[in-house]
Amino acid sequence: MHTGLLASLAAFITGLIESLLGHGFAAQLIMVLLEIIAIFAVISLAVIIQVYMERRICGFIQDRLGPNRVGPFGLLQTVADMIKLMSKEDIVPEKANRLLWGMTPMLLFIPAALVYAVFPFDEGAIFADIGIGVFFVMAIMSQGVLMFLIGGYASEDKYSFMGAMRAVAQMLSSEIPIAFSILAVVMVTGSLRMSDIVSAQTNVWFVCVQPLAFIIFIIAMLMETNRTPFDLVEGEAEIIAGPFTEYSGMRWALFFLAEYANLLAAAILTVTLFLGGWQGPFLPGIIWFIIKVLIVIFIFMWIRWTFPRTRIDQMMALSWKVLLPLALFNIMATGIGIYIYKWIY
Amino acid sequence: MSYFAKIFILLIAATIFPIMAMIVPLIIQPRQPNKEKNSQYECGVDTVGRNIIRYRISYFLYAIIFVVFDVETIFLFPWAVKFNDLGLFALVEMFIFAGILAIGLAYAWKKGALTWK
Repeated sequence: MHTGLLASLAAFITGLIESLLGHGFAAQLIMVLLEIIAIFAVISLAVIIQVYMERRICGFIQDRLGPNRVGPFGLLQTVADMIKLMSKEDIVPEKANRLLWGMTPMLLFIPAALVYAVFPFDEGAIFADIGIGVFFVMAIMSQGVLMFLIGGYASEDKYSFMGAMRAVAQMLSSEIPIAFSILAVVMVTGSLRMSDIVSAQTNVWFVCVQPLAFIIFIIAMLMETNRTPFDLVEGEAEIIAGPFTEYSGMRWALFFLAEYANLLAAAILTVTLFLGGWQGPFLPGIIWFIIKVLIVIFIFMWIRWTFPRTRIDQMMALSWKVLLPLALFNIMATGIGIYIYKWIY
Repeated sequence: MSYFAKIFILLIAATIFPIMAMIVPLIIQPRQPNKEKNSQYECGVDTVGRNIIRYRISYFLYAIIFVVFDVETIFLFPWAVKFNDLGLFALVEMFIFAGILAIGLAYAWKKGALTWK
């Protein structure tokens, strides 16, 4: 059977462990732990690369160089920043609810990491290929807003509180367009399983079949990941980074870890649902996957540094008066389209 | 091992990972708290009044409509999965279901629930 590079590697390591420990529960557990370590390594590495990419692309778009001093081309800038953040004092605001305030950055990482369980990185390289994959991603991804709400409320700070309130408004606008645009993809595929959705795109990518759903999905994903033009939750110039106002040092770094993990998850989801996942000619699956994800992340960053921030009422009007009716129309059109297609063939 | 058991192990690992990340900074970070530094941030001015303010949630009506649509989504997903197998029945049902949703949205729109006040 033809399998991808990552799956072959996993099979090789499984064989190695089983030759040492036998076909027992211990061998399975060690394999699962190795896979988890791999996922965390991917997230950490991707965050470092994305922060560098963001600053560098931002620099070039604004006609300056960006970080270029630490290491070759400034590649080690993020590592240096991380060491700096680790050695910073952890300032605890005196009126804050200590327990909830301290827990929030750590809790935020959980949903950000959990969604990676169902992403297909390569043929056969998927942590848990559950039958409700897409639904799982949607359910887990939207939990992030709870942490923003807890953090903003427990900081006992006016800016954080307003940021938390805005986070809820943002979630209210992004969830429904995302769900409805994914729904159209699910109608075409007939399955919620991630690997089925990828293999349904062998001949034609869903971006060609569902262009409207793709555009709605991208815009709603920008809202979900709190990125400009919809970064109302953070809004440095108006509410001083919102829920992050009172955080410093490592806790602040954890917020950013979760934020960039979410950005990567959004890019992976876009690639998996609309751009054919790991599929592509000539090159191995994982290479195609990385290329596509990097392109989508670049587009997200391009949008971030090109557009100004919207107002919150504009954002909600866009979501409820434009994206939602369009998504509903798209579902109806997809239904009729599938029926006509079946009637012809 | 079932997939959900694997996800449960990932959940535990994802809880432990940030706690591990906090250990090294706890050892090496300086600790010099003082009253000014630890006060809540408000552009350098002393906080006036309570920190948790009364805040007008202008999107309350949005939230109610959101709950309606979110529940509808749960019903729509099984329908979308089985859309190819059900044939004409699914198509007719879709028009009824999506029609009700669209009418509901149009009603809320007309009543001004989607206007930011």
